[in-house]
This record gives sequence, structure tokens and C-alpha cells, in this order.
Amino acid sequence: MHIMEGFLPAGHALAWTCVAAPFVALGARSLKRIVAERPEARLNIAASAGFTFVLSALKLPSVTGSCSHPTGTALGAMQFGPGIMAVIGTIVLLFQGLLLAHGGLSTLGANVFSMAIAGPWVAYGVWRLAGRLGAPAAVTIFLSAFLGDLATYVVTSFQLALAFPDAQSGFGGAFAKFAGIFAITQLPLAVAEGLVTVVVMNALQSRMTPVEGAKA
Amino acid sequence: MSARTNSMLLGVAALIIAAPLVLNPAGQFGGTDDAASEVVTSSHPAYEKWTGPLWQPSKEIEGLLFAAQAAFGAGLLGYVIGRRHGRSGK
Repeated sequence: MHIMEGFLPAGHALAWTCVAAPFVALGARSLKRIVAERPEARLNIAASAGFTFVLSALKLPSVTGSCSHPTGTALGAMQFGPGIMAVIGTIVLLFQGLLLAHGGLSTLGANVFSMAIAGPWVAYGVWRLAGRLGAPAAVTIFLSAFLGDLATYVVTSFQLALAFPDAQSGFGGAFAKFAGIFAITQLPLAVAEGLVTVVVMNALQSRMTPVEGAKA
Repeated sequence: MSARTNSMLLGVAALIIAAPLVLNPAGQFGGTDDAASEVVTSSHPAYEKWTGPLWQPSKEIEGLLFAAQAAFGAGLLGYVIGRRHGRSGK
């Protein structure tokens, strides 16, 4: 889902970095507070980070004939709120940007915004909303991971369309084109991520007291 | 949830991942990142890439680093789930 290094005009790259930075800073504070107040949460935070590391390393085939990777950011967002995923996601994106030439430093802000901020916030919002509406835990977890994953790719398409509007059809046409590449490829992968997240969440929560506001 | 439901969910997920290889055997299965970059290059030929990656690993080293990333993540996740499992068994 990365926007490749150099594929955002400097102004856009800078703007997305400015938008993303406060989320990462607040996320670091929230991470510190959670660890201080609930030291036992460290294990599950580590598991959430591990999940994001594995899933974002797996480039999976999709029916469109191209490959993409899931994000895994919903797991941590559901358990600890979306803030900490901004930090964890940034670490993953730095690893991939610096060592793998996937994404990069100039596009880091934009990529952090889509994968480590927008995705987790959507996942968290869906989780809270579906929980409040009384949906069964498994359905809530699935929807949260599915929509959080998809949201990341919709935002990436939005960012690219904003920077590179189509000559004829403008922003809308460009958005449709990029969403056709990213979001359509991602649909089946997001379903798979939703299913796997349900299983992992169950494995993690079997002996855990639910988080505030989270019904599980 | 029962172990059976869990294996069923994982089975369906595996099917979803494996299906494209059977349904679309002619597919190139390149990365979406590259596909998007190509769209940018073709729709905005005047756009000049103003920066590039600091370091570009070879295909083999890229595979190594991706595997390392996945192994690290899976190790962490497996450790925590294993610990919980061990504790609940006591």
C-alpha cells in the first residue's frame, strides 16, 4: 500500500508529514501511559506489534492478478485504542522504507497516515459502534479488521489522486483509477485479514479482562 | 470459540489467498505499489521524481528482509499466545 519514495510532490509529502506527526506523538504518550498503568498489557501490545509485522510482510495474491499485503493494525486498535498503532505502524513503515525500498522517507508521513492512523481509527470506530449496537463479538472483530484494512487503501488512493488528478476527469477520475488498483485488490485480502484477526483476538483474549468500552 | 471454528476460519482465509492462483493463473501478480507508480508515470509524464530510495536491496536480499520481518512478528505473536495458553492450562 505504500506510496513509493519520490512519488509524492514535495509539498504533499511535507503536508502529510505534518498531519501525521501529532498522531504519532500522542500515540507515544498513550503507549507510555498504558504501559505505566497496566504493565500486564505489555504482552498483548507486543502481540499486536508482532501481528502488524507479520501481516505487512506478507505480499498476498489477489483476484485482480496483483499482490498486496494486509495491515494487521486493527488488532492493537481494538485492544488499546488507535493511538498506539500510530507508533507501531511507523516503526514497521520505517523498517520497510529504509531496508526494503518499499515506501520511503519522503512518503513516510503519507504512508503513516493511511496505514498507522486512518486504518486503526476506522477499525476502532467500527469496533466501538458495532459493539454498542450489540453485534456478536466475532462479527464486531471481523468488521473492524475488514474495514480498517480497506480504509488504509482507500486513503492511499485518495492521497495519490489528490497529488495526481487526472487531466480530463480530475480528482474523481484519478481516485477511481487508484482505488481500482489498491482497494479492489485489497477486498479479498481484507476479508482474509478479518477472519484471521477473529482467531488471533480470541487466542489473546481468552484470559484477558476486556478493555473499557470493548465488548468481547 | 471452539478450536473447530478457529480452524474453519483459518481454512477459509487460506482459500481466499490461494484462490487467485487457480482462478487467474495468467496473472502477473506484481505489486500494487509498482502498478500505482506506473499510473502516475503514464498520466503525469512531466512529473519528476525528486528523491529516490537511499538503498535498494537485490531481489534475494529483499526476500531475506521480508522473511526476517515476518519471522520477528510471528515469533512475538507466538510467544504471547503460547504464554497465555500455558498459563490457562495450569
